[in-house]
Amino acid sequence: MKLTLKVWRQKNAKDSGKFATYQLNEVSPDMSFLEMFDVLNEELVGKGEDPVAFDHDCREGICGMCSMYINGRAHGPMSGTTTCQLHMRKFKDGDTITVEPWRAGAFPVLKDLVVDRSAFDRIIAAGGYVSVNTGSAKDANNIPVPKHDADAAFAAAACIGCGACVAACKNASAMLFASAKISQLALLPQGKVERTDRVLNMVKQMDAEGFGSCTNTGSCEAECPKNISLENIATMNREYLLATVSKQPDFGGTGGAG
Amino acid sequence: MANKVSQYLQSSIGKKTVMAATGLFLVVFLLEHLYTNVLLFFGDGGKAFNDASHGMVHSIIIRIIEVVLFVSIVLHVIQALMLTGQNNKARPVKYAVSGVSKTSSWFSRNMLLTGSIIFFFIVVHLYNFFVPYRVTGTVNGPEDPANNLAIAVAEALGDPMYAALYLVSVLFLAFHLNHGFQSAFQTAGLNNRRYAPLWKMAGSFLAFIVFGLGFASFPVLFYLSKVMEWDLLNWAK
Repeated sequence: MKLTLKVWRQKNAKDSGKFATYQLNEVSPDMSFLEMFDVLNEELVGKGEDPVAFDHDCREGICGMCSMYINGRAHGPMSGTTTCQLHMRKFKDGDTITVEPWRAGAFPVLKDLVVDRSAFDRIIAAGGYVSVNTGSAKDANNIPVPKHDADAAFAAAACIGCGACVAACKNASAMLFASAKISQLALLPQGKVERTDRVLNMVKQMDAEGFGSCTNTGSCEAECPKNISLENIATMNREYLLATVSKQPDFGGTGGAG
Repeated sequence: MANKVSQYLQSSIGKKTVMAATGLFLVVFLLEHLYTNVLLFFGDGGKAFNDASHGMVHSIIIRIIEVVLFVSIVLHVIQALMLTGQNNKARPVKYAVSGVSKTSSWFSRNMLLTGSIIFFFIVVHLYNFFVPYRVTGTVNGPEDPANNLAIAVAEALGDPMYAALYLVSVLFLAFHLNHGFQSAFQTAGLNNRRYAPLWKMAGSFLAFIVFGLGFASFPVLFYLSKVMEWDLLNWAK
């Protein structure tokens, strides 16, 4: 396959950046999109040019590192697919493909197609965890979980935190990501202890990072490589309202009887 | 408590809740407005419509709700402008190629535009009916025994420009509500896999059938009756 690539090149976070056009003459249809970039970079290195920087890790569709905005679509034109699982046979010989980094104020471009997604890490750090006792592992099924809740939590837990929802949303909103993490833990007994504080703190952090709000267009759900449902956003909204109502003032003491 | 409420209202979710709550209240108002307007079709010379309008002007409860209504419109508009500003700021550098039209509907992305058209119509509509009838009292005010708001409506809708503006606004209202109604339940957290189809269906039915066809019938029938020289207000007499 012969392809023309228009790729966003940006030296560093301060550079204004611009598109560069590359011709690739021998692209195998069986290559993944990232392997095509490997071929491009081999050529660039051979010519003594700076290779295109892009994020990747597992190349199995589970790590959430790859993050290309391809022809106006997060992770390319396929649904439920990460960029690493997108194959060149989905394009036609002679196509021109435009590749941009995720665009969001909260995801500043570091270099070329690499963006800083640590805003997501800070949202998780604000409450996306459960406190558990250390010690020996408990018996399986020791804590009963209703089947529906287990399934819903599992579906929400499939989120790999890639940021495609933010990239696809016209408002650069992180609500699908935050809501998946909030729902997943709110549904399970282990998540009940921090339930109230979790949603209050995670939403606060999400807003502080400068993500937009949800206008329910559904683009995030359509582009999510793990098919996370919009239902989670309704769950988050409900959790947030209930937490606002039920949050009690702190006692102000330090600790209690062990 | 006040601190918690203000924190909620200043959050991205709280702002959307204000949009949802005021939006749903405006839907309730539209239902009431549609009911009153339908009285125009009773063919009794507009008596039922005029009586209902009178009753409302003199009802203290309606006068209080009227204040809530104006506050709702203002809050809905201000919050929409603020949210849109914040949302635009969340993506300072735009995409060169955007495929957003493949993943979402045009109307879901342009609520500010459709809302602006509706707002423009509301201003014109208030200027044509609310101001003369309620504020300056020039169009046969409620104290006038020959009060004929019904005739004023028939005359206004006989104007092709006004009838066309009315019709176009109703069309945009229908699409605005088709997205807005179900979104309000999503924002309020009253949505899940089971109820989502219900809210979507209810929203579409309300938007296109109840409000779309309902409100479109007034400019269409009154303009037609003007052109065809029917006496729509007195057909039953």
